[in-house]
Amino acid sequence: MPYPQPIQEFVENLSFIEDRAERIQVLIELSRSYKPANQEKPYPAENRVPGCESEVYTWLTLTPEKTLNLEIAVDNPQGISAMALAALIASGIQNQPPQIAAQLDEELVYGLFGKELSMGKTMGLTNLVRQVKAQANNLT
Amino acid sequence: MPGEIETRGYAHPTKLVSTDWVAENLENPNVIIVESNEDPLLYPSSHIPGAYEVDWTLDLNDQLVRDYLDKSGFESLMSRLGATNDSHIVFYGDKNNWWACYAFWVFQLFGHTNCSIMDGGRLKWMNEQRPLVIDLPNNPTSTYTAPERDDTTERAFRDEVLAHVKNQGQLVDVRSPEEFTGARTHMPDYPNEGALRSGHIPGAKSVPWATAVNPANGTFKTAEELREIYENQKALSPDEPTIAYCRIGERSSHTWFVLKYLLGHPNVKNYDGSWTEWGNSVGLPIEKP
Repeated sequence: MPYPQPIQEFVENLSFIEDRAERIQVLIELSRSYKPANQEKPYPAENRVPGCESEVYTWLTLTPEKTLNLEIAVDNPQGISAMALAALIASGIQNQPPQIAAQLDEELVYGLFGKELSMGKTMGLTNLVRQVKAQANNLT
Repeated sequence: MPGEIETRGYAHPTKLVSTDWVAENLENPNVIIVESNEDPLLYPSSHIPGAYEVDWTLDLNDQLVRDYLDKSGFESLMSRLGATNDSHIVFYGDKNNWWACYAFWVFQLFGHTNCSIMDGGRLKWMNEQRPLVIDLPNNPTSTYTAPERDDTTERAFRDEVLAHVKNQGQLVDVRSPEEFTGARTHMPDYPNEGALRSGHIPGAKSVPWATAVNPANGTFKTAEELREIYENQKALSPDEPTIAYCRIGERSSHTWFVLKYLLGHPNVKNYDGSWTEWGNSVGLPIEKP
């Protein structure tokens, strides 16, 4: 199953870029489109993504129109990869019906960052995808 | 000179430099600043002016075998950095210098001892509003002659660790308490830290790596504070050989740095195989409370 359309397009376009430095620049640009969560600190522990050292929290609720409202807080200013992934996930599922989250998959992390991430980094980012997906599943 | 750092009582104070010291030495031709991170997007997004990147996967690891670069690889790396055998290499990075210490440790395997860590790492430099650039350094390459990699003094292998366990030698597990106890911290269906078994190496003392740093700014604690943690609370004798380990050897290189250079323990090794080797190996003893 393809990812939600904006995510699918981004991943496909990224796959055409062979130069590693250029790919990284595209991902840095993506991280700049990350929108911080509008939530009060301290963030609840139950919203924290397990294993993510960038201290990422997610909130997923339904709007009155029964579409998704996703907020992601990346509490570590050095968590640029987490910000990039958060921005991309939001672009794909924000204001969409909850069922669309079923199209998310942790393989997305490898599609974006390749296989060069550390085990810890990979675990944190894949857990971000899994947590959003699980939260959406609870809404359906 | 490092200044305030010298007042902290470290055994080898020149192995740690302050952000002030780095700022004052940005134009020093004998000083080469190196950033090593976990997040591959960080350095390209911004870095200390003139700093080079040393990537732990691409630059330090062998791309086929689970091992480090060899003599010629290290010579190529140092040539790219424009380093000579006299260059003072100063490492810094994210995660309170995990990967900086890891790179520092690998450099010791090739005998480049003129190295330091920037106290507080990248986050401290950023929080002090110091300059960051995206321009890449373009110093001329150098000719660097390295010795063969020496794995005998700073690096421990599995069989040596097993013998160390049987001799009831000192081991430090620097992972989180949950990893040490073997509690499942992962999400369902996700491998537990990349190992088939959880727990710790028998006899290991649990001292999470972050115990050594001040949470407020990521700087290292004073020698007195470190001595209280490692020698008094955990009863690690400076006179006995110690092996540090974590999951793949990056966090334990941080503790290796603390024990060896800040506290001056003469015989400390980093077991880079760490839990991803030990917890996946057939027949090795494991302790679990």
